[in-house]
Amino acid sequence: MDFDPVLLARLQFAFTIIFHIIFPSFTIGLSAYIATLGALWLRSGEDRYQRLMRFWTKIFAVSFAMGVVSGIVLSYQFGTNWSRFSVVTGNVLGPLLGYEVLAAFFLEATFLGVLLFGINRVPPWLYVLSSVVVATGTAISAFWILSANSWMQTPAGYEMRGGVAFPTDWLAVIFNPSFPYRFAHMLNAAYLTTGFVVLAVGARYVIGGRHIEEGRIMLRMAIGLTAILAPLQLFLGDQHGLNTLQHQPIKIAAIEAHWDGSKPDSFHIFAWPDEKAGVNHFEISIPRGASLILTHRMDGLFPGLTSVPASERPPVKIVFFGFRIMLAVGMFMIAAALLGAFLWWRGTLFETNWYLRAMAQCWWIGFVAVIAGWVVTESGRQPWIVHGIMRTADATSPVPAASIAGTLALFVLAYGVVFWFGIYYINRLIAQGPSQVAEATGQFSRRPISAAH
Amino acid sequence: MEWYLPVIWAAVIGTAVAMYVILDGFDLGIGVLFPFARNEAERDQMMRSVAPLWDGNETWLVLGGAGLFVAFPRAYAVVMPAFYLPVIVMLLALVFRGIAFEFRTVSHSKTWWSVVFTGGSTLAGFAQGVILGGLIEGVPVRDGAYAGGPLHWATPFAFVCGLALVAGYALLGATWLAMKTEGPVAVRSRGQAKWLLLAVLVFMAAVSVWTPLAEPRIAARWFSLPNFYFLWPVPLLTALIAFLLWRWLEQGREVPPFLAAIALFMLGYLGLVISNFPYLVPPSLTVWDTAAAPASQIFMLFGTLLLLPFVIGYVVFVYWLFRGKVREGESYH
Repeated sequence: MDFDPVLLARLQFAFTIIFHIIFPSFTIGLSAYIATLGALWLRSGEDRYQRLMRFWTKIFAVSFAMGVVSGIVLSYQFGTNWSRFSVVTGNVLGPLLGYEVLAAFFLEATFLGVLLFGINRVPPWLYVLSSVVVATGTAISAFWILSANSWMQTPAGYEMRGGVAFPTDWLAVIFNPSFPYRFAHMLNAAYLTTGFVVLAVGARYVIGGRHIEEGRIMLRMAIGLTAILAPLQLFLGDQHGLNTLQHQPIKIAAIEAHWDGSKPDSFHIFAWPDEKAGVNHFEISIPRGASLILTHRMDGLFPGLTSVPASERPPVKIVFFGFRIMLAVGMFMIAAALLGAFLWWRGTLFETNWYLRAMAQCWWIGFVAVIAGWVVTESGRQPWIVHGIMRTADATSPVPAASIAGTLALFVLAYGVVFWFGIYYINRLIAQGPSQVAEATGQFSRRPISAAH
Repeated sequence: MEWYLPVIWAAVIGTAVAMYVILDGFDLGIGVLFPFARNEAERDQMMRSVAPLWDGNETWLVLGGAGLFVAFPRAYAVVMPAFYLPVIVMLLALVFRGIAFEFRTVSHSKTWWSVVFTGGSTLAGFAQGVILGGLIEGVPVRDGAYAGGPLHWATPFAFVCGLALVAGYALLGATWLAMKTEGPVAVRSRGQAKWLLLAVLVFMAAVSVWTPLAEPRIAARWFSLPNFYFLWPVPLLTALIAFLLWRWLEQGREVPPFLAAIALFMLGYLGLVISNFPYLVPPSLTVWDTAAAPASQIFMLFGTLLLLPFVIGYVVFVYWLFRGKVREGESYH
């Protein structure tokens, strides 16, 4: 068999980074939730907030450990699989990733130690402060990673000398044009993702008739949060889309499967883009919808895919369907959150069993939206690895396809085992519930996953 | 271009690697020694002695890897493809070994996770030694990119270095256990430390003879004048430390053997630095050839130097918090 090394390297990176992103998108939100619970505990002095805080901290620890393990791999993969990319962009991206490592591995890991094992050793205010520092640390990590990724989408503040990028203005590099939008969109996504996990766990307790008090707090907090953030996410996504239209119009054309830029276009709820013929089959569309969304005018025009040669286009199907999956999940989230808020207002939330039953099954939807969104933005950048500077095909390492294929298989196997055990332990913790977990603490141990028992 | 910036960065990364080798070295070494324990209860005791510390120890590997990318992207871009298979095997071995720590304590079949722990620890140490050996032997570079095959690193010398590092880690682990444990585990590890010391000395001698013979640049570094006047104490000091380590083990001392094992490691490390500086990728790329733009190095150095003292302070704090002996049968959960 003859494999394309570029494709294999992309598959390997896609696999390891998709696996990785699951954990940060959960821990960023969860750490903020834990800090919020800590603040409530300090202010009210009520024991239930502390129980909840410690319960979620255990789950946080397992997820964080898996995020660290999969993150170590990534910090080496830029070199193993993308060495030419590292040479061309190292001057610019190196420090951004370096700061991320400092924040992630030292700031978070340090205070996580206090958070996990310090409850009996430090005063409450310091314990809660540690949770705030961990939450800030995860957000700072996201800041740097998204800055680096955004620079690959909309590079700025650099000059090319001898085929290598040199920084000329760090502020322009860090706050490159797409960064504020991507950062806001992703951070909000992380909070939403966590919100739906908390909602699901709360619903599970309330219908199961166990830990009802804690379950109700979780439901109220999660619905309160998501009812605001889910609609906000639609707005942030729209702003991000307009920014992308300005800087990467062909990505937008792929998202909308919009071929002919000389005419306004509908929003295709479904279509089967035919990349050879440059048309869509089986369209189900809202007339003029895409023009309205992107230009805010019924007859607005925006660039089409045919305005560039086929070699300059991203893979349309992946981008098109990835975007629709993200959007569908997002709309479902808005509906679910607003419905929950309505039931809460009516005073029937805790009795509406069908709603709680449905929500208890929905813990995973945020992760699907996050992964789909990343597939859209990363695939939509193709054929570039750094937009306008370097093509993905020119960025790989001089490594034969067989090495990449073999290690890809190893990664799939290894991550499969890690993931299975991680999910198993998180589920066990949730089944145990808050009070048991709180009683089991006290014996100190600084090891994240073992704290789960 | 400022000539000193790459040197500072080489020192930062060198420090991170040294911290990693010592700190993760002893907990990897415990994995290597696992099969020689009599039963799972003894293995519990061994594992407990490093349990609160190992994840902090491994973060130094991340700092080393990320630091290389930040400060010397062109070295990073050559070294990683050159050692593609050993690097990825090492990372996966560390993943499995890390989860073995956690899953062994709750699994119904401890033995199975003990095997994973030993396998992962040994393989990770071996792969690190192979990478080190391959670097010393030199990496073919053309037009700033790796120009060798996927198995260029697979030489007898690299495999010897792999074994040497496994033996060295086991020595660190054995002296750590002698310090941190009591009872049969402590007694056995003192005996093991002696054998491992002999093995390490044989490996060090072999590498010290082999490298100058094989690499003229290393012979010139050590045996030309006036270098030799300054460098002759290094092997002498090594012999002295080895002698003291043996004596302390005979006397049943607890803390000094571990410190001596660290000193032995540092001397070996110093020897390698002397042999190879200023090359990051021998025999062609120096720290100056591969350095990132000064603006990038300065920008990152700012944050690193600001945070590094906190990190080191934290390491000291954690080791202080978990000081003292781990007792047999002491409950962990």
